[in-house]
Amino acid sequence: MANVLVFAETRNGTIRKIAFEAVTAARQLADATGGGEVHALLAGPSGIGANASQLGTFGADVVFVCESADFAGYARESIAATLADRAKSGGYRAVVLGFSAQGRDLGPRVAARIDVPIASDVTEFAASADSITVKHPGYANKVIMTLVISGAPVVISVRPSAFTAVESPRGARVELLQATPAQGATVTVTEVKEGAKGRPDLGEAAIIVSGGRGLKAPENFKLVEDLADAFGNAAVGATRAVTDDGWRPHSDQIGQTGRQVSPQLYVALGISGAIQHLAGMRTSRTIVAINKDKEAPIFKVADYGIVGDVLEILPVLTAAVKEARKGH
Amino acid sequence: MKIAVCIKRTPDSESRFKIAASGAAIDETGLKFDIDDFAGYAVEAALQLNEKAGGGETVVYAVGPDNVQETLRKAMSMGADRAVQLKADAVPPDGIAVAKALAAELKDGGYDLVLFGKHAFDSSAGVVGTAVAELLGVPCITAASELKVENGAGSARRELEGAAEILSFPLPAVVTIDEGVARPRYPSLKGIMAAKKKPLESKPAQLGTVRVTVQKMELPPERPAGRIIGEGSAAVPELVKLLQNEAKVL
Repeated sequence: MANVLVFAETRNGTIRKIAFEAVTAARQLADATGGGEVHALLAGPSGIGANASQLGTFGADVVFVCESADFAGYARESIAATLADRAKSGGYRAVVLGFSAQGRDLGPRVAARIDVPIASDVTEFAASADSITVKHPGYANKVIMTLVISGAPVVISVRPSAFTAVESPRGARVELLQATPAQGATVTVTEVKEGAKGRPDLGEAAIIVSGGRGLKAPENFKLVEDLADAFGNAAVGATRAVTDDGWRPHSDQIGQTGRQVSPQLYVALGISGAIQHLAGMRTSRTIVAINKDKEAPIFKVADYGIVGDVLEILPVLTAAVKEARKGH
Repeated sequence: MKIAVCIKRTPDSESRFKIAASGAAIDETGLKFDIDDFAGYAVEAALQLNEKAGGGETVVYAVGPDNVQETLRKAMSMGADRAVQLKADAVPPDGIAVAKALAAELKDGGYDLVLFGKHAFDSSAGVVGTAVAELLGVPCITAASELKVENGAGSARRELEGAAEILSFPLPAVVTIDEGVARPRYPSLKGIMAAKKKPLESKPAQLGTVRVTVQKMELPPERPAGRIIGEGSAAVPELVKLLQNEAKVL
């Protein structure tokens, strides 16, 4: 029986969804290794501790609250030092965090600091007394690797949306923790540019509506936005061709070199389905494709395909989705 | 500036993959290998930074067996000045072990900047670069989508979920490169000829204990074959019905 430490990621003073998924994963790992405790580290600016009970809802027995004026942004060196010190002193089986923008940076830092192995972007795991086995999609999701990680603790970062946050209420006993200051030269956050408001992130959205060159012109993305609005809370993505041409920001790119997503529903509009794009979305649960070329590779992966002019079909689809969702 | 770029040799990402008979590796038969995509962006970024600075040295490093020499020569044909192979039978899936070997080699190199790709196509883990920064005790930008160096200090942009960080940092530093920083150039014939004469040093990699191993590799389950439900806007009512009743997402 051993305890598991989990990093509760925050931004702008609130706990992110990936943190609850990580707590759920940590709970599963603790239960699988004989029912140890889950300890969460909640680091942020003054007042962040008020959110500690949210972590208890998903299975945290203890929440280490670390408030510091330096933690208004992502103070990477100090947060890594604080998490590493906690991981070292606690006799943990594992340190769990999300494979998010923060977690991609934080995981390797913590593993290197305390000299323990790390598995990134994990979608499943199984634990035994002396090793932990994880599944991790490599080769841009084309090959599933099963890795064995030995030692304790080990660092595990979990793929966003791979673990669904499940309520498993625990006490969330709060203990206050002092931040470990950064040593030496550090990175300074000079600005955080917030993206378009009102849409969920591509990695977190249940529905993604995505456009390609078949839309013919950047202004036609308005039709894609309209469909996303009709679905309620959908995110908007794009192909590499479109982001390379500057029709959409680089951060919207879905594909092998962009974001890799697995929403409940992925709607591909005017997208031919190049390998580069398929690598980023083929694990979506349901795929809809609208394209004028019936031989386009996207139709090989689409659960529901419509052959036709996307600009003509889009307004009709948007109206029909709105009608179907009336009362939502 | 003195810049090190750590690169990896990976198979062409557009390949169709098969699993080897061992069940714990991919079948390399017929695959084309080259500089990993993101490592290629990092080499280009280094060359552009030194071109802009009007001089300096770009040194490329790779861990692996002798076939990485071809990858190192490719980087030199793009314009890197020299190369170092840290020889190992294979690149283990333990990013910390690889980081230790690289950090041991880089620590006395006097580099202003050490660049990596944000992750390699095969392992898709993104551990080594950031871990090297920690082992060297220098600032690190993980997955920079823009990078500048002016008056001895760096600035970078880093994409977050639905936002972006604008960052500044002193040198020396480690930066791992996301797409968007620089599109790699094609080697010129002159570059290819020159690369043959550039120095390539080979020495053993100090990997230490490897604590992550591959037990199994498998291909993901195939999606059921696609289905075209109709043509034009006349097919929309059927689509909506399927989304409601079959996929249950509406």
